[in-house]
This record gives sequence, structure tokens and C-alpha cells, in this order.
Amino acid sequence: MGDYRIIGRKQTKVDGLAKSLGATKYADDLFLPRMLHVKLLRADVAHARVVSIDVSAAAAMPGVHATLVGSELPEKFGILPVSQDEHTLCPDTVRFVGDPVAAVAAVDEDTAFEAIQAIRVEYEPLPAVFDPAVAMRNDVPALHDYGDDGNVHKRVSMEFGDVDGALAGADLVLDDTVFFQGNTHLAMEQHATLANPEPDGRLTVWSSTQTPHYLHKAMSKVLGLKPARIRIIACPNGGGFGGKSDPFNHELAVAALALKTGRPCKICLTREEVFYCHRGRHPVLMNSRMGLNKDGSITGLHFQSLLDGGAYGSYGVASTYYTGALQTVTYRVPVYRFDGVRTFTNKPPCGPKRGHGTVQPRFALEIQMDKAAHALGLDPAAFRLANLQPPDSVTANWLKIRTMGLRKCTEKVIEASGWNDRYGKLPRGHGLGLACSSYITGAGLPIYWNRMPHSGVQLKLDRGGGVTAFCGATDIGQGSDTVLAACVAEILGIELLDVHVCVSDTTLTPVDLGSYSSRVTLMMGNAAIQAAERARDLLADAAAEKLEVPKGRLVFADNTVLDSEDPERSMSFQQAIVFAEAKFGTIGTVGSYTPPKTPGRYRGAGVGPTPTYSYSACVVELHADEDTGRVDVDRIWIAHDIGQAINHYLAIGQVEGGVYMGLGEALMEEMAYRPRRAGVHKIPSMLEYKSPTTMEMPPVETFLIEDPDPEGPFGAKEAGQGPLLPVMPAVANAVFDALGVRVDQCPITPELIVQAMENPDKRSGPKSYPDLRIEKPVRVKTAEEGGDGYEVDQVRKKKQLARERRTDEQKTTQ
Amino acid sequence: MMRLPTFAYNAPADAAEITRILHEEGPAAQVVAGGTDLFPNMKRRQVEPETVVSLYRATALRGIEWDTDGSLRIGPTETLRALERDARLKEDFPALHAAIVSISTPLLRSTGTLGGNLCLDTRCQYLNQNYEWRRAINHCLKCTGDTCWTAPGGTKCWAVNSSDSVPVMIAMGAKLVLQSTEGEREVDAEDFYDIEDGRDWLKKRPDELLTGIRIPKQNGSRSTYMKLRRRDAFDFPVLGVAATLETDGDVITEAKIVLNSVGPAPVRCTEAEQSLIGKKLTDEAIEEAKDLSRKGAKPLDNTDYLPNYRKKMVPVFVKRALLSLR
Repeated sequence: MGDYRIIGRKQTKVDGLAKSLGATKYADDLFLPRMLHVKLLRADVAHARVVSIDVSAAAAMPGVHATLVGSELPEKFGILPVSQDEHTLCPDTVRFVGDPVAAVAAVDEDTAFEAIQAIRVEYEPLPAVFDPAVAMRNDVPALHDYGDDGNVHKRVSMEFGDVDGALAGADLVLDDTVFFQGNTHLAMEQHATLANPEPDGRLTVWSSTQTPHYLHKAMSKVLGLKPARIRIIACPNGGGFGGKSDPFNHELAVAALALKTGRPCKICLTREEVFYCHRGRHPVLMNSRMGLNKDGSITGLHFQSLLDGGAYGSYGVASTYYTGALQTVTYRVPVYRFDGVRTFTNKPPCGPKRGHGTVQPRFALEIQMDKAAHALGLDPAAFRLANLQPPDSVTANWLKIRTMGLRKCTEKVIEASGWNDRYGKLPRGHGLGLACSSYITGAGLPIYWNRMPHSGVQLKLDRGGGVTAFCGATDIGQGSDTVLAACVAEILGIELLDVHVCVSDTTLTPVDLGSYSSRVTLMMGNAAIQAAERARDLLADAAAEKLEVPKGRLVFADNTVLDSEDPERSMSFQQAIVFAEAKFGTIGTVGSYTPPKTPGRYRGAGVGPTPTYSYSACVVELHADEDTGRVDVDRIWIAHDIGQAINHYLAIGQVEGGVYMGLGEALMEEMAYRPRRAGVHKIPSMLEYKSPTTMEMPPVETFLIEDPDPEGPFGAKEAGQGPLLPVMPAVANAVFDALGVRVDQCPITPELIVQAMENPDKRSGPKSYPDLRIEKPVRVKTAEEGGDGYEVDQVRKKKQLARERRTDEQKTTQ
Repeated sequence: MMRLPTFAYNAPADAAEITRILHEEGPAAQVVAGGTDLFPNMKRRQVEPETVVSLYRATALRGIEWDTDGSLRIGPTETLRALERDARLKEDFPALHAAIVSISTPLLRSTGTLGGNLCLDTRCQYLNQNYEWRRAINHCLKCTGDTCWTAPGGTKCWAVNSSDSVPVMIAMGAKLVLQSTEGEREVDAEDFYDIEDGRDWLKKRPDELLTGIRIPKQNGSRSTYMKLRRRDAFDFPVLGVAATLETDGDVITEAKIVLNSVGPAPVRCTEAEQSLIGKKLTDEAIEEAKDLSRKGAKPLDNTDYLPNYRKKMVPVFVKRALLSLR
């Protein structure tokens, strides 16, 4: 571990006090003179053709400045280039209760509210579908005119090695069907956006978004304005968790109304509307068949997932791949097959929530690992430890593992929880459960295909000794502003508060792709280090000349530049800037980061790779009431392989936050609808959508496992998402230890526990798995079989190589 | 954000003036004490009174007063927080105390009042939604629609009485004082809620004001309140069980078991109560009462938890309530 002054220590968040004092300006805190308030009229039918929209009564109301309907903005948008399926306002079809059809800008919220009630929309109802298994049927009308077939948005099938053979040859095959219910982010801050039409024709937009860069692209496309004329500023987010990662209807509508009225326009969504924005956890029905030998080794795995995508594409294609990507990075799975289908249904669209797409399969896999251990007569912890995927290896599906701290994580929680003395031995009703997991530290590939860096940092050094760090990264509460300041301050030997951070402004800051996929610390951090090292180099040149010391002997520490062999020879950091500016002119540097290439070259290899994987292990202790099914979690031990903590406080905060969110998913949170009542969301409020409070939060003992990874800044890996993953399966496994019942479904509700107690097989959960109608998987040989990362089909491989060459050439000429 | 509709606001200092306004304006006026029930309902446009009459300045409606015989008078606008902090109330009426501390959160108990909880509007997942949401289901029987979506075949509203204090008041034999321009009348708590329709859940005319709550001395009886809900931090009950037992030696002379939040009105488990009279509180007696308690509860799919689970929990909670009284 490095000897750092700032990195790894307990540093207060640079924005902490402002937030505590209420001084932070969130998007809804912004007011501009002459500002209008916008409200959206949302569909009250689940699926219908829009026959007509009459806004005349609304437009005539005193105080109403403008109305907006879908036909005025025909250009579609969507976060993924392959799923451009959303309109600002639905021009011809509404696809769920809550889909926006019209907007109004008025002098105040009350007037806007009254005005949208005066809009008359005539709908011609279309059959609505709420169940993905039904949506897959050919006789059900399709929501969209694109996708793989009918309502199948995406169908994926990949096989790495001979899985049928491995399962046929196994001593034991476990076959489990598991359901993970959808849930939502429930960030404290409701989405808000303010758009200001500048006098010169440009447009400025402040929004609670995690992805200002992608909003910039979508806004340019939909409004038909050059990106250079649009400035997107992402305000500090009052929580994101993936719920503010898509460009949203309200952002585009507010911008369009600002241009239409020539006045600033603002919207702050109601909580109900936030439930309609959703993009949260997909409900996923899964089937997992795992082959095992009597010696406790895994022979192969066939995993299937059926995702209920809701009404639009969002990140869904990526989500589908993610439900099959990371099964191989924790335990050694020599051959692996994955089949996945995502369907459209008439519900708010699902997308990325903390742990994007990997949470549901992790739940299924860790329950199955527990069952496997019991079936083999092995201790679940020992069984996992015996099957760990080794570090510096390549998995069956061609994912490159670098450092791998899962052994240390598991050993730590086993020891701390007293697992070996207590598992299976607690009084009835009390139980322990273990689960392990892994997550990416940033996606290996960007959302739209390009060869540019994923993150950029610019530094400006001031004669007064201050340093300004510019970066497109957005602080959504995770502390990225503090991480940026820390990386720069560490390299330059100055204090955190000497670094002024200027972030998430498409006009002022270089691009960072956004606060998603746990990418910011690693990518922005590496870019910041590069920029800071370049600045240090310039300063060192000037200081070496002035101090008459070889440059290599200079050390930057405590706001001073000094000779490591003769510390008396020194100057202040500020003096070094002055000398450097005199020598070189204005001092500014840049840094950027692009992830390493992945060895997988097959179709679909783009989802799953990362610079490095984080690992977590979690033991849950709980007690469960066998009459009421109520579960109370007593204590949690969690160890997280973080490589190197940049800031101890923030890292612990991220882990505990992940545990908290995980407990909500484990015990109570679900997106529930009423299919027989127009398909309305059953409980779109913070009172009835049940999420835990501080009172449900047990003591958590967190262990950071630090083994610096060469890819990470100072060795750091992610902590924002991974620690959520093991919580839900650990709860399920602890319920089994407490009561001897298996709940193969999440959330693990009192109803399901009581049901499992009553059922003869002592299990509750889904009973069957539908046929996904997979014709032929993409076949890829594993590395052990002598594969090269490409598909087995040679013709396809040749085409692919040619395509890659062409793309490379195009990119270099652009 | 969700905003209130416009309304006229009045805050008279004496009850007579309040009842005069209620008499003149009838159902167009609504009284408000803490506002923790009324204002959210107004923001959702479930109720849109033309006039809101605040009880805030009518100080005579507050207070906790012990009579020499050990009975208690509570002013309806006394806050739940003040009652929760009353040492004698906790000592003498533990079930009422348990019910009060289980209402909402400390912050809201500082504002919410006992009278407000006793008159709490019935709740339903088809009702407690924004105006736009309710439009999608074409509204419901309780609020401008013509169908109860909880039980579409029927003619009544199934919104749920979700008060924690109501079943305890019934079990303790409390009396409620109602005042109007015509004078004052006193009703048994049990009769006050004896209406099987969520639209009209109180036997109170719109011009009547709840001005007093009287709880008789509990003659050596033991009492308890138990509540089913998802989160202990704050949630309305989806099953509440209040039980009181009076005994002569070991022998039960009087028993009351009252369920709430399993329908529009509280439910007395009279058969279960009768089965206990003249017996000791043995395991067998508890089992019998538990089995008999299943009958009255008709939970439907309009609250948290599945209805069949809530129904299953009735005997479990009755048994636990009785066990706690041993």
C-alpha cells in the first residue's frame, strides 16, 4: 500500500458542509426572473393510439404561455443508439399509464396544473400486456415496430464450451427457477430541470441528471440545435442510483417550451411522476442449471433470464447482457451458456439500478450455491472458497480477471461473524447466511461506439497557488467531487481545499461519460492523475532550475516543492507555479482515460468487460418468525475488495449505503401494478412503496480489503454498486438457516415465508420457466479449449474482423 | 410538487363559533386539528372543502384531566406526543399508550391529535392517490366515481379504518362527546364506528364537532394493543388488535377483543370474547378464542400485504395479544 497523505484517509467531503447546511443548489432550488412552470399531462390508459389532442382550452387559460404536443417534436431519442424509441411527448401511441402526451408552461404551478386538466385527449384503446411470458406470444400486438420479434426487444444466446455435455457428465445437476421482482431507485430528490433560452439563441439547461453528456446528445438531436449551442449543467443530484441516467421526457419538454416561449422554464416532478420515469430494476424470471461433481467442483452452468422491460428500450439491451455476464467472475465455471430475452410490456420502462442487470442473476446464483453446498454435504463458505475464480485469469466467457480479493473478503466475514462455530447451530428462528458477489469498475466500452477517452480532466493552475480541476463527472452524492480533489491534491502535494472542482458542465468541462457503471473513480481518477502528473512535471522543471536541484529529486508535499536529499532547498507550491508560469506561460494540463481492450471478440462481448472487478462477501444474521413470516435482520458483516480506498469515509459510506439499499430490495421493495385496473402502478408514493427506514437498519460491520489493482487510480476499484449485490441472497440463505425454508424470490416477504412454511417442499417462488424460443446460440470456444475469443463460425469471424478494420479506419479519419 | 387547492380558512377561538360555521356551511366545511390527515388528502384532491376551520385556537378543546374516580378526559386536539409523554396514561392505560406511540412518526405525533386519529378518514390504495392516478381508474365510489374497485360487484365502499386508537377506545368502553348548535350528546365509541361503509365511517353529522373523549377507569383489567404493518418506523396498521380482560382472581369476568384495519369499521370478536368468560386464561382457552376470532375480519386487496395473509394473521395476533395479558 502506498504512503499517501490524502488517499486512503478519512477526509470530509468537499461538498459535505454545504449539503448539511442546505446551501447546495439542487436543480429545483434554481429560480430565474420571468421563469415559467411546466407540467406534463400523462396518459391515463396503458396502451392506446392517440386519436386527437385538443389543447385549446388550456392555451386559452389566463397565465398559460404555451402548450406542447408530441407532433411538434417528431425526432426520437433513447440512451442507446440501438433503442431510439422515445418521443418527448407521445405523438401517436401511449404505452403505459404515465406516458406523457402534452405539456403546458404557465406562470405558476397551480395554473399549469389546472391547464393540463383542461387538455382533451381522445384515445383508441389497444390491447395492453403486463406479463413478459404473455408478451412473447405471437398473438399479442407489439408495442414497438423494432426489436427481435413481436414484443421481444432483445434475444441473446451465447455458449462457451459444451454445456450440455458438462451437465450430462455431472454427478449432480441443480435446476432452480427464481424470480426477482422489479424495484426502483427512490432517490430523495425528485427529478427537476430548468431551461433558459439565452438572448443569443443558445440554450442553457440545468438538470438533475447523472449523464449530462448523453443528455447533451439527445437534446441536440431532438431540438435540432447544434451541440455547440446547448449547454448542459448537471446539478448536484440528491441521489441517482441509475434513475437519472437516461435523457427524460421532462428535460426535453422543458427545453422545447423555453425555446417556444422565450422564457426560462422549470419543472420539478412529483413523486408519482418519478415512479413513471423509473428505469429501475427489471423484474427477471431466471432458470439456472448447475452441474456439480461429488468433489465439490462446478462442471458447467446454463443460465436463462426473462426480463420484463416495460414500455421502452432504455438501457435494456445492456441490461439483458448483464443478466448473463458476471456469473463466471466469482467461481470457476469451465463451460457456460447464457440465454436471455427482454420483452416490452405496458409498464414504466426498466433500466439501470445500482448493480445494473447483475443483481437478479447474483441472487439466483448465490441461492443455488447455497443449495449446492447443502446437496453435497459441504459448508457453504468452504464450498465457495474451493471454487473461486483465480486472479489474473480469463473466464469461460472471455472476461479478464485482474486482482481478485474475494478469498480475503470471504475469510474476513467468516471470521468476524463466527461462521464456523455458529452456522447451522443457532436456535430455531435464528440464522446466518453468506453470499459473495462481484461488479465492474466501469464498463469497458462506451454506450455509443467510439475510440475516444471515457473521461477527461483539465487542470488550471493559478498564480495564487490554487488549482482548478475541470471534469464532466457528476457528483450524485457518491463523492466524486471529493475524489477528484483528492487525486489532484495527492499528486501535487497540496490540500483538498486548494483544489477547486468545476464539474459536469458540457460547456466548461471535458467529457466524462457519466455517473453510471461504477466508472467515475477509476476513469476520472486516472485522468486526474495524468493531468496532475503533467502539471507536476512542468512545475518540477521550473523549480529544479530555480533550486538548482536535479528534477528527479524533487518532492511535492505539504504545499511545498523540496529536494528530497536536502529539504532546506525548497519553495512553496505557489512559488513553483509562479516560476513555471514565467518559464512556460499559462499553466494548464489535461489528462484522459480509455479502458484496456477486452480479450473477448464475439458478438455480445462488449457487455461485462471492465478495467477490473470489485468483489464483496456478506454474512447476514437475522431472526425470522415462523408464524408471521416477519424477518428482522440483526447484524451484517460485509467485506469489500476495493483495491485501495481513496477516502475511507466515502468508501464506508458507499458500502453501508449499498447494504441499506440491498436490505430494502431483500425484504420489501417492489414495483407492483394492477393489470386488471388499467395497469396503474399500485403504490406510487413513498408511504406505500415500502422501503426501510433507519429503524430497520441493523448494525453493519464493514471491512475494506485493500490490495491495489494496477488498473485503478492509486489501485482503487469501485465501491458504489458492488456491495449491494450479496445482501439479498445472504438474507435468503439466512432465512433457510433460520427456518429451513427456501424463498426463491425477491423480495423475501412475510407472505412468501409463511407460504414456504405451509408448502410440502418447504419452498416458495416461481414454479416453471417458459420456452425462450432460442434457435441457435453464438458458439465461442473457451480459452482452455484453445479458443481465440471469436465466434466458432469462421465466416462470421472473417466478416467481423473486416468490420472491425473498417470501423477503425473510419474512426481514425473522423 | 403537489399543492393544496384554494380554500377559505377560519380559526375561531371558541367551540361555539366553530359549530356555528359547521352548521351554516354543512359538508362544504371541514375541521382541521393537526392536519396530518386532511392536508395530504386535499393535495390529492380527495377532499376539496370550501372552508377549513382550524381548531388550533380553541384551547378549550385541549387538555388531559383525571377525575377522582380514575377516569380520564382528553381534549380532542391534545397532541399524540403530549399523550405519549403522560406518565399516568402510560401506567393506567397501557394499551392506549401502545396504540398512540405506534401512530406515524414522532414528528407527526407532535402535530397530529387524538381527535384526529379517532376521526381519521378511511384509507384505500384506490383512493389515496393523486388526482391523475385516480382518473386512470375512472375514480372510485368514495371519491366522485361509481365503483368500489376493491370489490367492484358490490354497492359499498371498502376503504379501511386505519386508526390505531379506535379499537383501543372500543375495548376500553370510551365515550365521545359531540357538540353542535343543537347541543351536546355523548356516544359510546363502539356505536360511533358502527357503519359498514368507508364513505361514511363515523356516526357523526357534518355539523357536529368532537369536543371530548372520556375513558372510564379500568377496573383492574389488563389491556394490550398489537399492530401488523411492514415497518415499525411508520406505517398505518393493516391489522390492529386491541384486547382487554377483567378477572376475578384467575377467572375472566369480562373480555373484549377488537380488530381494526381489516375493513371499513372495527370488528368485535364477540364469539371469541364469550368463549373466554368464566375461564382461566389457559393455553386451551387461548386456542379456542384464537380460532373463533377468524370470523369477523374481511381484509380485501386495498392495503399493504396480501389479503389472505392479513386474514391468516388475525388468529396469530389475537393469540399473541391474549398471551401478553397472562
